[in-house]
Amino acid sequence: MSHSSTSPLAGPTTSTPALQIRGLGKSFPLGGLFSRASLRALHGVDLTLGRGEIVALVGESGSGKSTLARCVARLEKPSSGAILIDGVDILKRDRFQASRAFRSQLQMVFQDPFGSLNPAHRIEHFLRRSLAIHGKGGSSEQEIQRRLEELMVTVGLQADMLNSYPHELSGGQRQRVAIARALAVEPQIILADEPTSMLDVSVRIGVLNLMRKLRDDQGISMLYITHDLASARYLADRTAVMFAGELVEEGESLDLLANPAHPYTQLLVSAVPDPSRAGSYDPVRRAELRQAVMASTNCAFDGDPNQPCSAEEPVRHQVGDPKNSHWVRCHLYQPWAGADGHALASEPTLATERTHMKASA
Amino acid sequence: MTVSQVSFGSHEPILEVKNLTVRYIGDTRSTTAVDRVSFSIGTGEVFGLAGESGCGKSTIANSIMRLLKDPATIAGGTISFGGKDVLAMSPEELRRFRWQDVAMVFQSAMNSLNPVLTIGEQIVDIFTTHAGYSRRESLRRAGELLELVRMDPARLKSYPHQLSGGMRQRAVIAMAVALKPSLLILDEPTTALDVVVQQEIMAQIKDLQRELGFSVLFITHDMSLMVELSHRIAVMYGGRIVETAKAQDVYANPRHPYTRALMGAFPPLSGPRVPLTGLPDGVKFRNIADLSEVAPGHFVAPVDASAPMNDSVNLEGAAR
Repeated sequence: MSHSSTSPLAGPTTSTPALQIRGLGKSFPLGGLFSRASLRALHGVDLTLGRGEIVALVGESGSGKSTLARCVARLEKPSSGAILIDGVDILKRDRFQASRAFRSQLQMVFQDPFGSLNPAHRIEHFLRRSLAIHGKGGSSEQEIQRRLEELMVTVGLQADMLNSYPHELSGGQRQRVAIARALAVEPQIILADEPTSMLDVSVRIGVLNLMRKLRDDQGISMLYITHDLASARYLADRTAVMFAGELVEEGESLDLLANPAHPYTQLLVSAVPDPSRAGSYDPVRRAELRQAVMASTNCAFDGDPNQPCSAEEPVRHQVGDPKNSHWVRCHLYQPWAGADGHALASEPTLATERTHMKASA
Repeated sequence: MTVSQVSFGSHEPILEVKNLTVRYIGDTRSTTAVDRVSFSIGTGEVFGLAGESGCGKSTIANSIMRLLKDPATIAGGTISFGGKDVLAMSPEELRRFRWQDVAMVFQSAMNSLNPVLTIGEQIVDIFTTHAGYSRRESLRRAGELLELVRMDPARLKSYPHQLSGGMRQRAVIAMAVALKPSLLILDEPTTALDVVVQQEIMAQIKDLQRELGFSVLFITHDMSLMVELSHRIAVMYGGRIVETAKAQDVYANPRHPYTRALMGAFPPLSGPRVPLTGLPDGVKFRNIADLSEVAPGHFVAPVDASAPMNDSVNLEGAAR
C-alpha cells in the first residue's frame, strides 16, 4: 500500500521523516447498535512529513481532513494503517492511548482559541503546566520563569501577559498562547487544525508568519490543515488535497496550485476568489470538472506507457518535473460511492452529513 | 465634496446614507458602533462594505432595514431611499419598504429558515402577505423563483433540513429577490459555506443582479471576494469608513494601512511567494479623521504619522 517511492521527500531531511502515515483508514459506525452500516471517513491515506517541513492538507468540510488530524493526534482510533514517528509505529507502541512520550513529540493547535484556553486560569498556568508535566522547564523556579518569558517572546507576546486571563486577550493573541503552550513541550511536530479560521482576518497572516518562523528557527515539522488554498500556498512547502477521505493529489505547493492535475483540485482552485484573475467563472467548464470528479471516463495519463492507468487500485501518476514530487491519483479510479463533498453532491444524504459534522467537530 | 457624491456611472443614487451615527446605549457606558458614516449606492451598482467583526457593518445594514432594537439607537444622520426618508417611515410604510424595496440576506441565513415549514410554504408566504397573490398563483411563482436560482421546483416540498447548506442559501436568496426589490443587502452571505459553493452562490448573485438590475450592498470581510464582485468598496474600521474607492483602485492601490492589512490577509494564488504582513495584534486606530480625496473617486482617512502603524511595524508578524 506504500507509495513512498512516488512521493520522495522535499526540504531538509535526515534519513527518517518526522511523521509517516501509511494506509490510514477510519470508518464510523452508522445507525443503531445492531446496524452494520458505516461511513468511510478515511481510506488508505499515505502522507509523509519530512523534518522541518510544512505540509498543508486541504479539502472541503466533510473531506476527512479533520478526522485525519484527530487520528494522528490519537484523539480518534484509526480503523487501519500505521502512524510512524521517527520510524516507530505509535499505534503499536502506545496501544490504547497516547502516551506522554508521544505527546512530547507531537502537539496540536486547535481551531478555536476561545474554547481551548480555560477561562479560569491565567496564561502563566497553561504554559507552566505544560512545562511541569513534561519536565521541560528546568529545576529551579528561576529557570522556569526564564523559560516562560522566552516562550512568550518566541510567539510575539509581551512577557507581562503571563498574568492576564484569556478573556483579556484578542483572538490572535490567544492563538499565540495556544502555540506557546504547544512549544513548551518542545515537540518535533505540530498539528495545526485550521488555526486561523476563527481569527479576525487582519491578524491571520501574523499567525501564519509565526508558524513559518518556528519552522525556520526551530526546525519543527508542521501539518497545517485548512480549507483555504491561498494560505496553504503561502505557508506550506507541500500541499496535499483530500477528497472523500482519500488523498487525490500532492505536490510542491506553488507547482500544485499552478498546475492542478486532478479535476477536484481544479474545481477547488477555480473557486478561490482571486481579483487578479479575470473572468473566473465558467459554468460549462465547472460542470465538466464535476462530472470528471464524480464519474471520470478518461484520465489525462491514459495511454502513457510509462504511467499505466488502472481503474481498480489508486494509481498515482507523476505530474511534471520529478523534483516537485507532484503526483495525482489516476482519474479513472472513482471515489467510493459515498463521496459527498458538499460542493459536489447535489443531494447529500442526511446520515453521512450528520456524521461528518460529528467527525469534524 | 462628500463621498455620497461619487457613485458608479451616471445613475441616480438609490440609497443615500449621510453622517449615520448609531449608538448602543448601556446603563453604565455607551458605544458608538457607527460614527458619521456616509455613502451612496447607485442604481444597479454593487457596493461592498468591508471590515472585521465589530466594525459596525452589520449595524449599518440593520439601520437601513430599520431593524435596530434597543439598546441601539440612531443618534444622527439620514438614510434616504429613492428620495424617501427611511428614518421617518411609519410602520405601514416600513412594512412595504422591507422586502419590496429592500431585501436582506442575513448572515447564516440558511439557518434562518423556519424548520417546520416547507420551502414552498415559506416562499408562498411572501407572495400572499406582501403582494396579495392567490395561493395558486403564489405557488407558481415560487416554482419560477427556484428555477431562477437553479433549483429543482420539486424542492418546494422539501423542509430546510432536507437541503444542503448551499441549497438553503439559494432558497434564501430566491426569497430575497421574490418581490424584485431595488436593493439587496447581503450580510456575509457565504461565510459558513465551502469555497466551491461560495463561488457558485456568488456567481448566481452576479447573474441575478445582471438579470434583474437591482443594486447590492455586499457586506463581508473577505477582500478578494469583495473585489471580484463589487464596483465600489468602502472599508470600515471601528465604526468609521477609512477608505472608499472603485474596487479595482482599492485592490491595486490600497492607501490606508488598515486596508493594506486586510488585503494582505489574503495571500495571492499566483505569482511568487512574497512575505505579507497583517495588522499586529493589539494595534488600534483611534480618532479616525474624515475622508479626503487622494485621487479622483478615491477617498482615504488621513493617517497620523505618529500613529503606530507604518509599514515597518511587525514585518515578521511575530517579531514585535
